[in-house]
Amino acid sequence: MNKIITFTVNGKKRELNVDVRSSLLDVLREIVGMTGAKEGCGVGECGACSVLVDDLLVDSCIYMAVWADGKSIRTVEGECRDGKLSSVQKSYVEKGAVQCGFCTPGFVMASTAFKERFKDKTFTRDDIRREHAGNICRCTGYESIIEAVEQSMEED
Amino acid sequence: MFPLKSYEKAESVDHAIQLLQDNPEARPIAGGTDVLIRLRDGKTGYDHLVDIHQLEALRQIKTDEDGTLVIGSGVTFSMAMESELIREIIPILSTASETVGGPQVRNVATIGGNICNGVTSADSASPLMALNTVLQLEGPRGTRLVPIAEFYLGPGKVDIGQQEILVSFRIGEKDYKGYYGHYHKYAMRNAMDIATIGCAALCKIEANQLTDLRLAYGVAAPVPIRCTNTEQAVIGKPVNRDLIREIESLVEKDVNPRTSWRASKEFRLQIISELSNRVVTQVIEKAGGRIE
Ligand code: FES
Ligand code: FES
Repeated sequence: MNKIITFTVNGKKRELNVDVRSSLLDVLREIVGMTGAKEGCGVGECGACSVLVDDLLVDSCIYMAVWADGKSIRTVEGECRDGKLSSVQKSYVEKGAVQCGFCTPGFVMASTAFKERFKDKTFTRDDIRREHAGNICRCTGYESIIEAVEQSMEED
Repeated sequence: MFPLKSYEKAESVDHAIQLLQDNPEARPIAGGTDVLIRLRDGKTGYDHLVDIHQLEALRQIKTDEDGTLVIGSGVTFSMAMESELIREIIPILSTASETVGGPQVRNVATIGGNICNGVTSADSASPLMALNTVLQLEGPRGTRLVPIAEFYLGPGKVDIGQQEILVSFRIGEKDYKGYYGHYHKYAMRNAMDIATIGCAALCKIEANQLTDLRLAYGVAAPVPIRCTNTEQAVIGKPVNRDLIREIESLVEKDVNPRTSWRASKEFRLQIISELSNRVVTQVIEKAGGRIE
């Protein structure tokens, strides 16, 4: 049960023959070879597998790979451009928002979605918390992550 | 890998119905946030799928000539939250949508799926109940219009044939115009949680009299319910403290909660009556009523 899908991953066009039974996470990790997105729970609870599909944050573990057909996918690997970290990534590093790092690729995508959505709007810490509620971190206690998001909002 | 035995992508509603007719074991998949998890858990009954994910015909939000608000079954919670039309006409559904799961889930999970899976905790169910929503189903024998209260047959069981597709939710102008509503979700966490109790209320006030009240709950019974006895007993009465107290005491007779690992029956009853007080007070105040 295979299907050919065409999509872009971090701006690069791909045409792949995928098993219709795969999740987008399976395809990204095992076929595309991008292992940034992680499988934490596999059931949409932890957000470690978060990626952007047409700029919308989704859990790629419960997203069928065939749904990515014609779409543009962004993963943590694409956020660093020409060796330069994105403002979100840089803020995570500077605020010490990364400990074991397992949750980080998903969190960075959630924060990137937040930044793009709220860049010209006023927001509160509660908005940051609400928009990161689908991501679980067992190390940091979240405070440094929220600070990183706040810092990233001040940069381009 | 999801353990699928067959997968067909539908290009239209008619095509989906055709595909469902072709395979009596097939079921539709929309946002997938329930179906894919059940498949992964090895639950049976989901291994033949007809894919209606992001079918454009199911993603509309509009009003008909007669003022009926029509919401496609494939509208996601994020779309409902962002829709100006929904926020203006039935803000209760925007509020309820905000309480669902987390951002990732709201971006793909659909209101149609929330209702079709038949669970009592569905956050969209009690607001849609309070709005007297009518469901439009399409199947090989044409269209069926089913009021949401009749759609629920039992826990996890709804009145939809294997060959039918839920197309839209229809809310008539008489059911939203002049009404003020609110939804409160009581859960253990502020996000990523299932309601312990969900309470939706809509009211209409004239000259400080309650001219209409609709009170609906999730998780207060095996399926989402309306508190019709309570409603009938208090409609027409003047708005005051006694009225709120009366609703609070009557509501227990309309509900039938059970004990689960999440909460005991007694605790749920307590939350049910407390929420009737808070949510009804809030809608009365929104509607300009004064509680003396
Ligand atoms: S791995 Fe996808 S949400 Fe946990
Ligand atoms: S840094 Fe370890 S889970 Fe978040």
